[in-house]
Amino acid sequence: MDYENRIFDPVASRHRCLKLRRRILAMSQTVSALHIAGAFSCLEIVETIYFSLMRPSRAGHKPDTFVLSKGHGSLAQYTALEELGILSHAEMDKYCKPGGKLGTHPDYGTPGIEASTGSLGHGLGLSVGMALADKINGDDRVVYVVMSDGELQEGSVWEVMMLAPTFKVTNIVAFVDLNDFQSLGRTSQTHPNFYPVVDKVRAFGWEAVEVDGHNPQMIYNAVTARTGRAPLMVIAKTTKGKGVSYMENVPIWHYRSPSPSEYQQALAELAQQEAAGGGQ
Amino acid sequence: MRNAFAETLYQIGRQDPRIVIVVADISPAGSMSKFRDEFPGRFINVGVAEQSMIGICGGLALRGCQPFAYTIATFTIYRPFEQVRDDLCYQNLPVTVVGIGGGIIYSTLGGTHHAQEDIAVMGALPNMSILAPCDPLETEASTRICGQRTGPTYLRLGKAGEPNLTANAPEPFVYGKLRLLKPGKDACVISYGPIMKMAFDVAAKVEQTQGRSVAVVNAHTLKPLDVDGIGRLLARYETVVVLEEHSERGGLAAQVKQIAWDTRASCRLHTFSLKDEFIHLFGSHTELLAAHGVSVQQACRVAFGVE
Repeated sequence: MDYENRIFDPVASRHRCLKLRRRILAMSQTVSALHIAGAFSCLEIVETIYFSLMRPSRAGHKPDTFVLSKGHGSLAQYTALEELGILSHAEMDKYCKPGGKLGTHPDYGTPGIEASTGSLGHGLGLSVGMALADKINGDDRVVYVVMSDGELQEGSVWEVMMLAPTFKVTNIVAFVDLNDFQSLGRTSQTHPNFYPVVDKVRAFGWEAVEVDGHNPQMIYNAVTARTGRAPLMVIAKTTKGKGVSYMENVPIWHYRSPSPSEYQQALAELAQQEAAGGGQ
Repeated sequence: MRNAFAETLYQIGRQDPRIVIVVADISPAGSMSKFRDEFPGRFINVGVAEQSMIGICGGLALRGCQPFAYTIATFTIYRPFEQVRDDLCYQNLPVTVVGIGGGIIYSTLGGTHHAQEDIAVMGALPNMSILAPCDPLETEASTRICGQRTGPTYLRLGKAGEPNLTANAPEPFVYGKLRLLKPGKDACVISYGPIMKMAFDVAAKVEQTQGRSVAVVNAHTLKPLDVDGIGRLLARYETVVVLEEHSERGGLAAQVKQIAWDTRASCRLHTFSLKDEFIHLFGSHTELLAAHGVSVQQACRVAFGVE
């Protein structure tokens, strides 16, 4: 793939991630509950895809595609789309409110949303269908899809996992947001035989690589250095609630809004990270 | 019907590069193998993996393709139900989910292969349309319509070897409209799908024994159902009979009863549907239908007093 027209700037990326985290926190104060920790865990993945990897429409080519299969992480996607100017501030202010288009899970038809998700185990099949269509049509497009680790427990994921390499859909780049948490606890404890995930993915014929999912440089490198001989799956090790100390690896933040004082503390922590050069 | 479907799909697929066939490990009947050989890129076999079949069809449609998902009815719609609901119906994508062996036509394969509540299940989904042609000619017409639709369709087919019943029908096949197959003045039999022959047989028997004139009407589009057309039949005929190869819950009969109530119909209405029970019987298609009270004899006796 040709990434020459995308310039990767690690400093800008880190600062943008802090900005998006602040925006998500601000939105958290307008609703009583939201999937904040799962949005924070995939934030660097989503940011890197949108701002450093995806190619927009260019002469004779249609743009690359993004599907958030872990639809509950929508705030990461919405804030990225707002930053890109695809979603308006006014629309963002109507998040989960009557008259708005943005709900907890992304809806197809909303600007920037290319598939309706929310039920886990659907995004990979849809993405492979898109990638197959691109092959049929001779379009040079990449489909980026982000799944959660709990989502890998859905059988439908493994049906498609078997098929994608068979169909040689090398124009698909999948991410697993491996934050080790699902609603009822640590994934590594409920499904210990599932690890290491990367081996399972390779066994199904994918090119697979493990990265630090909060390091945009590593994410960018993993994608741009792929061989292209098989579909790529990036196993991104992440921390649920990343960036706010009291949220990290604490299950309650799967679906809770911070109180006003917790909100202030979170902002203060992000300010410290900014002063220290962009976090991580 | 299977061969008419495959041949039509081959014909429209030659003209329209958007047509893609996605099958789940089912042998490509008749002309489908021609399609596979001529357009290998647009013939996709996912194997025994129906959730992928529907999900991939959704993705293809999101890119402007016009996919047909094809396998046995129970596997097309029951196993991947949530993919049909979320990926196809919620996103309102032009995917045709083809169920071969709709109803209980696979009469010796057992209950796991019976789609006796498929119309109720698919009919409950917003955006979904349902077409159930009665013979190879209608299968061709239905398949052509599916190739042009802008939303999801469940195409309910029989299997192979059905005779053509509609070659001389007085009305054409029109999506969303009842189709008169045989005129009649006194009574009317409404049906759909491969058991349409039974409706003709009921009409013939009543006409021979009682001299009454019996119309045969095809409700091939189960959704959107021609509600006004059914209302007119209920108003016009003194006796209306519904024969269907589907559970009494949520099929045509239940909807005709609802329309009868809504329109304050005063005709005599007799419905013959499958019971709300699984079928633990192995035999011919006709024998299984009869075991649930769907037969020429039963309809003639109960609705017309003809033994």
